[in-house]
Amino acid sequence: MSSSKRSTVIVEQLRKQQMLEALSRGKRLDGRDFESYRNFEIEIGIIDKASGSAKVKLGNTEVIAGVKVETGEPFEGLENKGALIMSAEVLPTASPHVEPGPPDEDAIELSRVVDRGIRESEMLDLEKLVLIPGKIVYTVFVDCSIINSDGNLLDATSYAVVAALSTSKFPIYEIRDEQVVDTGKTMPPPITTMPVSITAVRIGESVLLDPTTEEEACMDARITMTTQSDGNIVAVQKGFTGPFSVNQIVQFSEIARIKGEEMRSKIKELN
Amino acid sequence: MYNLKELALMDENGKRSDGRGIDELRSIKITVGVVKNADGSAYIEFGKNKIIVAVYGPREVHPKHMALPDRCVLRCRYHMSPFSTDTRKNPAPSRREVEISKVMRESLEPSLILSDYPRAVIDVFVEVLQADGGSRCAGINAASVALADAGINMRDLVSACAAGRLSDNIVLDINDLEDKEGDADMPVAYLPNLEQVTLLQLDGKLTTAQFSECLEKAINGCKSVYEIQKEALMKKYFGNEMELKEEA
Repeated sequence: MSSSKRSTVIVEQLRKQQMLEALSRGKRLDGRDFESYRNFEIEIGIIDKASGSAKVKLGNTEVIAGVKVETGEPFEGLENKGALIMSAEVLPTASPHVEPGPPDEDAIELSRVVDRGIRESEMLDLEKLVLIPGKIVYTVFVDCSIINSDGNLLDATSYAVVAALSTSKFPIYEIRDEQVVDTGKTMPPPITTMPVSITAVRIGESVLLDPTTEEEACMDARITMTTQSDGNIVAVQKGFTGPFSVNQIVQFSEIARIKGEEMRSKIKELN
Repeated sequence: MYNLKELALMDENGKRSDGRGIDELRSIKITVGVVKNADGSAYIEFGKNKIIVAVYGPREVHPKHMALPDRCVLRCRYHMSPFSTDTRKNPAPSRREVEISKVMRESLEPSLILSDYPRAVIDVFVEVLQADGGSRCAGINAASVALADAGINMRDLVSACAAGRLSDNIVLDINDLEDKEGDADMPVAYLPNLEQVTLLQLDGKLTTAQFSECLEKAINGCKSVYEIQKEALMKKYFGNEMELKEEA
């Protein structure tokens, strides 16, 4: 069951007026213009026990992604492909408004949208991760922990996942006497492309990239678009209650392609 | 006859599997104020343990009937990230995590003056990003520092450290391998100025003599940890002054 909810983050009336007034002059409250991202940092390999890991800071938003690789049965209907399982948890450390417990609808949407970008772009060539077709395949877990939340969790998580996966070292498993054996060796994962998401919110008629928590609290609508290395769009998610015009969406798709290319080269260069 | 297990855990020179002596702590690094949104926070690296703690509060209690009229409610969550262990950990809270959350809360509570905040709650969230044996002790150390960072009135810091037994040797600060293969593991939390023990658990066999030796050793470990906790807090709150002193 999902019901409309009151925003947990409340922006004071005066602050909202300030924001709208700044937006009408083409400025945001933190001084950025509409198409600028906040300061962006990636640190990789921070969890030795994971096959790959990355910490992303996007402004004050902070996300850790960790990759664990095991073996297991393939999914039904996907007998000749490795299994990819993603999860995201907004930790109660992340803000005063998070209650510990099973993920709420926002956290579930978050992990599903990030998952869609990775899966639809076929970033991981899952067909290369099969040990016995139909029986035993690699199972790749990508788990994300949101440590501090200040808006745009979608992009921060997407970048953390891409950075962690693309720099990970998968264990090499072999079948000996019908048993799975960990050879103790590692291999680079079969990466084919780098999907990168770009998120914007609409506040009135202004469309802003990389929103902060404060901006998300004032938004009318949100849109996330994921593009892969060749510029093709692989996933889109419109969120929140308000609409976008067709024109706004078309314009945004162009921005997402250009901006996505920029973020992609940043991720490549940082790791 | 050789005992393979002992050979692995301690060599003939008294060096342990990770190269430490019997009375040596793993390296400890504490950073204060790492989570922007939290009222208080700390990050600790205790050997290979990597743990983030965030404190929120004192704040209003939800649900309201949980509020206490004469003091503050303390809530504690110990949680391991799925990527923190060798085989992936299911993110749902396990029975072990529930127990650790409880003993952790009980180890911190005596240090706090909760009667100063009636009808409120203080939440302590302990997230283990990487586990390496002794994560509850490391978590308590970071949590106490985070509570101080949040400005909660307290009587003392809480410092925690484990000691244990590897065949005939009582050793300080058990690591992951020693926890699994060793003969006893005893985590202890301690109020260094009030000289009170606030956490005491034991897994394994000890004679009474070994027990007192082990307890004493763990408390000495706590005292060393206490100095590192103080230093971390000083660095955040008096960082510039410390640098000036060094220059002078």
